[in-house]
Amino acid sequence: MTDPIQKNALTASIADGVLRLKGDFTVWTLHDLPAGADETSGIDLSEVYHLDTAGAWYLLGRESAGARIEGLSGGQAGFVDMVRNARPEPDPEAPALKSWRALLERTGRRVVEALGYARELAEYQGRFLAAVGRAIRHPRDFRFTSLVYHCQETGMRAVPIVALMSFLIGVVLAFQGSMQLQRFGAEIFVIDLIAVSVLRELGILLTAIIVAGRTASALTASIGSMKMNEEVDAMRTLGLDPDMVLILPRVLALIITLPILGLISNLFGLFGGALMSWIELGISPSMFKYRLLADISVDHVIVGLSKAPVFAMIIGVIGCHAGMKVGKDAESLGAQTSTAVVAAIFAVIVADALFSIFFAEIGL
Amino acid sequence: MTENVIEVRGLRNQFGRHVVHDQLDLDIRRGEILGVVGGSGTGKSVLLRTIVGLNRPAAGTVRVFGQDLKTLSGFAREAIERRWGVMFQNGALFSSLSVRENVEVPLQAIPGLSPESRKALAELKVSMAGLPWLANEKYPSDLSGGMKKRAGLARALALDPEIVFLDEPTAGLDPIGADAFDHLIVELRDALNLSVFMVTHDLDTLHACCDRIAVLAEKRVLTTGTMADMLKVDHPWVHEYFHGPRARAATTTERGKE
Repeated sequence: MTDPIQKNALTASIADGVLRLKGDFTVWTLHDLPAGADETSGIDLSEVYHLDTAGAWYLLGRESAGARIEGLSGGQAGFVDMVRNARPEPDPEAPALKSWRALLERTGRRVVEALGYARELAEYQGRFLAAVGRAIRHPRDFRFTSLVYHCQETGMRAVPIVALMSFLIGVVLAFQGSMQLQRFGAEIFVIDLIAVSVLRELGILLTAIIVAGRTASALTASIGSMKMNEEVDAMRTLGLDPDMVLILPRVLALIITLPILGLISNLFGLFGGALMSWIELGISPSMFKYRLLADISVDHVIVGLSKAPVFAMIIGVIGCHAGMKVGKDAESLGAQTSTAVVAAIFAVIVADALFSIFFAEIGL
Repeated sequence: MTENVIEVRGLRNQFGRHVVHDQLDLDIRRGEILGVVGGSGTGKSVLLRTIVGLNRPAAGTVRVFGQDLKTLSGFAREAIERRWGVMFQNGALFSSLSVRENVEVPLQAIPGLSPESRKALAELKVSMAGLPWLANEKYPSDLSGGMKKRAGLARALALDPEIVFLDEPTAGLDPIGADAFDHLIVELRDALNLSVFMVTHDLDTLHACCDRIAVLAEKRVLTTGTMADMLKVDHPWVHEYFHGPRARAATTTERGKE
């Protein structure tokens, strides 16, 4: 090797149970020790020019195993003493639990963590509602500009993606539905299929999933980076309530815009379905409109859109909570952002399932 | 006090039209602790970054161990880089690794070093930097500012370097912590025969550890010398710096100690 660090390579020889070292005994040459070096009863260092902490560490390890250390120069001996004094003292390790007990403990911790998460989400829900109450009592504390800004960010800017996605879903439903229904000669029912599935379930659910991906991550990132920078703490010391300044406008903006996005999604879904029915089955748009108005109850739209504010609340609360949980390092910001998206999408789907049961029970 | 480990000659640094350094000369001798002071924006950190090669100078040469850094490449440069350690202002620890793993990173460059030895050496360095055993398994986000600096120092010292660069080592530490850090640096210098390049604003640190002080002003090193020399310089900024109320407090406490 032409490494200039190894100015003097280490040569080691073992004679009469004594390890004789010559050259530089450093971290770079530590592995040059010959086999059997660890079994010698003494180490002679009189020809070692340069000794570093790694070398001293090796010597100390051998010394405590009973080997004699000889031939250190005065400076080197002082150096070895310095390293000796600096050697870390391991703390006694906690006794390891038996495997099944460790498993039990881990499971217990996970369960408590999960319950704690649910409790915290409930807390943030409560904080949001308290902030709403406060905004009603003291309208001057409410940040209207911020609300408008977030409506634009979460609502307006999501319109193109939501519209495109719903249009495509309508197209797919019409196409797949017509293929199946044609076999029974019941093509006309494709209109019912599209209308019920889009209006009742898919329109709002897919919108909520897109918004959960888009906005929950944005909420976590924006609040989280402020948290990381201690801006949230600064806000508290300045007498600003983060609930009012950060959480209320963001969640409220979601609650306002998600039903509107859901409505847009419904319209584009129906439009896509109508277009595909026309192309594939020759059902004219006027026929589509006629059957839609005659056969499909407005209840479906109500059922669909009534879920929107609840989904919005779920997404907003999960996003804001994750943002507030960000620590001081960038890594926790990334981790919390992805957790927020996954949790928000999961929670939206669970809530949708619960809604289905609920509406089935009350017969809507 | 003979050999110069670092020689900076005719250095010029500029960002766009803003010239930070012009015709800057600076020497660091083997085994000394050099304190670099200067007002905010005089390019102390830029100088440090230039010497360690993070910043390309517009003109001038930086010679480390007698070799011009600009002409070196690849293996030779890496070899030089292993002979110095840098402690950044906030430790610049890798946040995904624990303190011990952070210190192990430079040790991974050594061929043939077993993982157990690497672990033990890293633990030794952590302890030498004055951190408790418990800190080994902690992550940077769990550490206080002072502990981060110590962990950064432990990583800088991992390969027993000959030169250590410290960027504001005592900034943001409480006086007791700063004092302990000063002692640590002197102790390590004495034990490991380090040369230390220290950017600092802390007058107590300058008093307590630095053998020589270099003052950056007017885009160059205005003057270098011991603390006693500094007190005699009659450049207005230098005078203000070393004779201001804070400086007087630092000198009197230092005299009281001796």
